[in-house]
Amino acid sequence: MDYPQIVQYCFAGITVGSIYAIVGIGFNIIYNTTGIINFAQGEFLIVGAMTAISFSQFFPLPVAIGMAILITILLGGLVEITFIRQVRNASILRLIIITIGISILIREAMLHIWDEKVRFLPYFTGTDTSTVTVLGAHISPQVLWVLGVCAVIVLGLTLFFKYTLTGRAMRACADDRMAARLCGINDRWMVTLSFMLSAGIGAIAGCIISPIAQTQYDMGAPLAIKGFTAAILGGLGNSMAAVAAGLFLGLMEAFMVSQFDVAYKEAVSIVILLLILVFRPSGIFGRHEINVLRTM
Amino acid sequence: MDNTFFETKNLHRFFGGLHAVNNVSVKVPQGQIKAVIGPNGAGKTTFFNLIAGTLWPQEGEILFRGKKITAQKPHVVAGLGIARTFQTTRLFGQMTILENIMVGRHLRMRSGFLACMLNLPQTWSQDRESKARALAILRDFGLLECAHETASNLPFGRQRLVEIARSLATEPALLLLDEPAAGLNIYETKELAELILKIRDQGITCLVVEHDMSLVMNISDEVIVLDQGVKIAEGPPRTIQRDPEVIRIYLGDDHAQNIES
Amino acid sequence: MGFRKYIPVIVTALMVVGLQIVLSLTGATYYLTQITMSAYYALVVIGLCLLMGYAGQVSLGHAGFFAIGGYTSAVLTTCNLIAYRDNSLIAWCGSLGLVTQWTDIYGKDILSFSPWAALAAALLLTSLIAVLIGVSIIHLKGHYLAMATLGFGLIIYRIVLGAQIFGQADGISNVPPFGLFDGLQVNGRLPFRTQNYYIAWVMVITTMMLAINLIDSHIGRALRSIHQNEEAAHSLGVNTYRCKLFTFVLSALIAAAGGIFLTHYNGSIGPSEVTVMKSIRYVAIVAVGGMANLWGALFMGILLNFLSLRGVFGSYDDAVFGAILIGIMLLAPQGLLRKPDFRAVLSFLSKRSHG
Repeated sequence: MDYPQIVQYCFAGITVGSIYAIVGIGFNIIYNTTGIINFAQGEFLIVGAMTAISFSQFFPLPVAIGMAILITILLGGLVEITFIRQVRNASILRLIIITIGISILIREAMLHIWDEKVRFLPYFTGTDTSTVTVLGAHISPQVLWVLGVCAVIVLGLTLFFKYTLTGRAMRACADDRMAARLCGINDRWMVTLSFMLSAGIGAIAGCIISPIAQTQYDMGAPLAIKGFTAAILGGLGNSMAAVAAGLFLGLMEAFMVSQFDVAYKEAVSIVILLLILVFRPSGIFGRHEINVLRTM
Repeated sequence: MDNTFFETKNLHRFFGGLHAVNNVSVKVPQGQIKAVIGPNGAGKTTFFNLIAGTLWPQEGEILFRGKKITAQKPHVVAGLGIARTFQTTRLFGQMTILENIMVGRHLRMRSGFLACMLNLPQTWSQDRESKARALAILRDFGLLECAHETASNLPFGRQRLVEIARSLATEPALLLLDEPAAGLNIYETKELAELILKIRDQGITCLVVEHDMSLVMNISDEVIVLDQGVKIAEGPPRTIQRDPEVIRIYLGDDHAQNIES
Repeated sequence: MGFRKYIPVIVTALMVVGLQIVLSLTGATYYLTQITMSAYYALVVIGLCLLMGYAGQVSLGHAGFFAIGGYTSAVLTTCNLIAYRDNSLIAWCGSLGLVTQWTDIYGKDILSFSPWAALAAALLLTSLIAVLIGVSIIHLKGHYLAMATLGFGLIIYRIVLGAQIFGQADGISNVPPFGLFDGLQVNGRLPFRTQNYYIAWVMVITTMMLAINLIDSHIGRALRSIHQNEEAAHSLGVNTYRCKLFTFVLSALIAAAGGIFLTHYNGSIGPSEVTVMKSIRYVAIVAVGGMANLWGALFMGILLNFLSLRGVFGSYDDAVFGAILIGIMLLAPQGLLRKPDFRAVLSFLSKRSHG
């Protein structure tokens, strides 16, 4: 491998990696407020992308994407209100099964609305052939879009959780639901909000990656697995670490693909997931001590 | 000759920066009721968890009948003859009382998975015996009439009793009771005291973590006081009651000085 | 203790015979084929019911074990060794009866491992993989275990799709029938229909008896106690790790057995058997049956698979199973075959109407 090629792989890795990071953050936001791993997280990305693709035939691209994000946010809220809210105090097994059911329903609905065809959004700037030269490698401008938007999302979320009242209230709920309620925080609304927020950033991620990765109704599950790997790798609940872990995962995958058959690409990241689950379920950035307490 | 029944030597356990159990050494002679008291967060339950194998100590060792049992898994510890109850009762809620007790007999069952699947004669003869023993225990506890009741339907006080009965079903030599009187009313506490004394009279050594001072002072042969993970006093109840250090912890400095002067 | 627990077994056996008689009298014997297939799928469900309903450990990868069984058997019984006929090792295997020669539907001579040898190899491989996977993931809890088993299922799916030896997207077809004893064989062709209906049911009922014995024993109680409070069970001397691991391996073996027999019955196996959706289907069926309810799982396993194989759900097949999952978990977590919790339904509805 020569130098530009390495840069090329790096960019490819960071691009998918930042998408995994966003999915991982989506997992974390919901996990923090509810303790639920939302197996339907991947579906939010595809819903966002699919809706944007449909709208883009009638509206200018930014409007279409905006509307798609809005619709996905509403879907996230709807999911929480109709399903999750009904099963307070349910066992984890029940919650897992419910979110899996939700993901199947969303996926099947998408199959019937948009059929099995692979679709994609147009490139935000230029076409699929236009390139920018960075550090000697030729990359698509869409890659820069992905990196930029992901950076903005991460920054925005950090500021939101740190400085806004709502963000702080959500963190309070994550920390101690009961105490937050006693302080007058509407914890139910916070849970709904967390679903909407994570659906929203999912939709954004789905839209920006669509021109490169294309979109098909059943692509949510693999994305969810990788996003979950990122979340676990960084330690469940730790969003900043999930970003690092997502990028790491993307890079690993990109270089693995250069060495192995593409058919096994997915298997590579799942093997990583299994290895982490087996050897360090608290994540590589997580403290082992916390894990000990959690499993006791 | 060091032949203590049960002993911990210089146990340490940290949670991050918190030193939950700090250099605790305790000796429990056979046939005694020993109480562990201390204010909230003194490390009493952690100390119990270290003994039961739920948590492992970072330093120190635990000896039972002269054998080292440090850092053994809970089921191994149970197999050696140490049974425990929990601070908040942990019955198997969807199972009947009888089944709960029969799980306690698990250690005495010899047939393996295959024998169980094929339902070999030895399996069901064992099962019958285990059921008979469980019913006998329930009779002793006066719980026979609710043997087929689902555990979660029982009132709280009864659930406590079932939990103690269940741990006795393992035929332990040492019984660890974690705040057995918590949530019980005066009458129930009184019955509990008698029960613990009865258990001791059967030759089972008891180690009791408890908040209820009257219970502790009435039944225990010796008392250990923990504060912030450190053992600060040990002795018979009367001595402990007058120990200025203990009074200072429980009632504050003023009282301690008053009593001294 | 007590033979009362075998009464449902006898009733089921009588119902199976009765159903066959009714179907042949009415001339609707074509249903037997789908019932036979459903019975093999129901095997997987029984195994999963032990693991999920009783021991409380979720597995989203049981289609993977089904596939390991089915594919191993398919590969071994279809690989043509005729070129190596004179190889001493193969000849030795032949003298032991491990290798047989047969003619496929195109009239080609094929020398391959005998179905019995393949069965043994498939079960051995399954237990090996199940132990390996189990040892490493069975200590995980809740979401972590769910994701790990899901990951396992996905890896098997990817391997099946990617590897030449497993026929990639086409799967393996032309799998020979499985001659069990004289005259009895697992074979999907018309003349063998009734015979196979009974073979499948003998498998199911035998498995049910073993499962009932297990859950009725002290180990069954231990499993349920783990489900309800693992720490308490552990403190009472239950070796929770070993119990969970054994149940995991056992349920994997049962799933693999289902896979092996169905593959010989269908004469083929394809990647559609290995999808995550298949694994989730099994979970859904156990859930509808009432989790810790073997008979419920069996009944629902036969019913839902039969309806699905008949194509009743049309293109909404997967959606139906998704809806079942949500509906059951929201409204009747104890399953449909138990006394329904009307209060839960009512409070759900009243919450609805009050907004």
